[in-house]
Amino acid sequence: MNQSFLDVLWLARMQILQGLGMTLLISALAIVVGTFVGVFVGLALTYGATPLRWLARIYTDFIRGTPVLVLILASYYILGTVGVHLDAFQAGVLALAVFCSSHIGEIVRGALQTIHRGQTEAAKAIGLTFSQTFLYVLMPQAARQAMPSWVNTAAEIVKASTLLSVIGVAELLLTNQQIIARTFMSLPFYFSCGFLYFLINFGIERFGKYVERRLAISTN
Amino acid sequence: MTQLLSIKGLHKSYGKTEVLKGVDCDMQQGDVVCIIGSSGSGKTTMLRCINMLEDFDAGTIELDGQTIGYETRGGQRHRRNEREIAQQRALTGMVFQQFNLFPHMTALDNVTLGLVKVKKMERAAAVELAEHWLDRVGLLARKGHYPGQLSGGQQQRVAIARAIAMTPKLMLFDEVTSALDPELVNEVLQVIKDLAREGMTMLLVTHEMRFAYEVATRVIFMNGGRIGEEGDPKKMFHSPTTERLGEFLKSSGFS
Repeated sequence: MNQSFLDVLWLARMQILQGLGMTLLISALAIVVGTFVGVFVGLALTYGATPLRWLARIYTDFIRGTPVLVLILASYYILGTVGVHLDAFQAGVLALAVFCSSHIGEIVRGALQTIHRGQTEAAKAIGLTFSQTFLYVLMPQAARQAMPSWVNTAAEIVKASTLLSVIGVAELLLTNQQIIARTFMSLPFYFSCGFLYFLINFGIERFGKYVERRLAISTN
Repeated sequence: MTQLLSIKGLHKSYGKTEVLKGVDCDMQQGDVVCIIGSSGSGKTTMLRCINMLEDFDAGTIELDGQTIGYETRGGQRHRRNEREIAQQRALTGMVFQQFNLFPHMTALDNVTLGLVKVKKMERAAAVELAEHWLDRVGLLARKGHYPGQLSGGQQQRVAIARAIAMTPKLMLFDEVTSALDPELVNEVLQVIKDLAREGMTMLLVTHEMRFAYEVATRVIFMNGGRIGEEGDPKKMFHSPTTERLGEFLKSSGFS
């Protein structure tokens, strides 16, 4: 037990890297799928015909009102009882993606509603179809509006991925807990683990700022 | 002269408020028709029905041989699907009071968007055509500017270029100088006058009485959702036959 933290860290480096890789993979999958689905949820919330809009509204309110941990446990344990058998990784990604999509849906709705009605009318007037109007006129403007909130949600997903440790997915937190159980070095490993989460979210924030700059509209 | 537009018995209500109570209007190719009237008389609504920015409840609009917005199948009136309506909208070009340029695109891209996506033109050909029209409205040098970098008058001229580059059969102008500072009004009106002189068919809702007087081949005075009076602007403005038009002209400062 005379080993220093750095020695242990070095010995456990592959395990930690694997945990980090797992966290990155889960988060990336959940954010990408969640964003993609969320855009459609947002469209349904904003422009959907009444039944579709209500369906989207129930979906977002229900999911947003449910703790993420409950979503994770539900997709791991409950889906199995109705014949959908997912392993812990699949169930975890599904739960986080669903959670992400409901938040992105609300963000997209909010962003679309800030765009002046005249934009849609001008696009229609030159003969663009609805999907063309969305793609070329509304989405670029909405994306810029939504970027800061999107960064927040993405960071939430990364943090929520720690909850997958509960169903046994060997992501970054669970990996560190396993090392701590072996070495009893709780403080330095929790600290270094926290630092890695900070780095991931810092990266997301920088990416968000970069996209925001790219989408910035010149006014002078 | 060829008949271009024929509106018959146009009715439109918002909820219980009837805005258009049976409007008839014909336009020949090359006509420049100005619609005047006090606010709430249905001028803008009439214009917006022609390109289906507003649905209408009854009546027909025929433009260039097509019945706009609705078709009759088995004696029933059906709204056309969105794709057909989008195609019909390309028959008209519209310029708005608030310009409505796309703020995330340069002046040039504002004009090419419709050419590339709706007219399916090659990018190079679209750019060439867009540059031609930006030149015509005197803004070729500003083609790389974003709307936020242009004055109101310049934005409105880009909006005119965007609409007319699509080679519409009919241009619709909806109070296009109302949101402009007074010193910028003339540069926009001049562009419209030039287009009129070249034979572009246009329908304008306007509060510029002097402009209507000078440029219009016919003036329509809307009153309470109906056409109150219409005819040659010179005759109408000097000797209105209805009392309502006389009052309107007086309150508009035209005498």
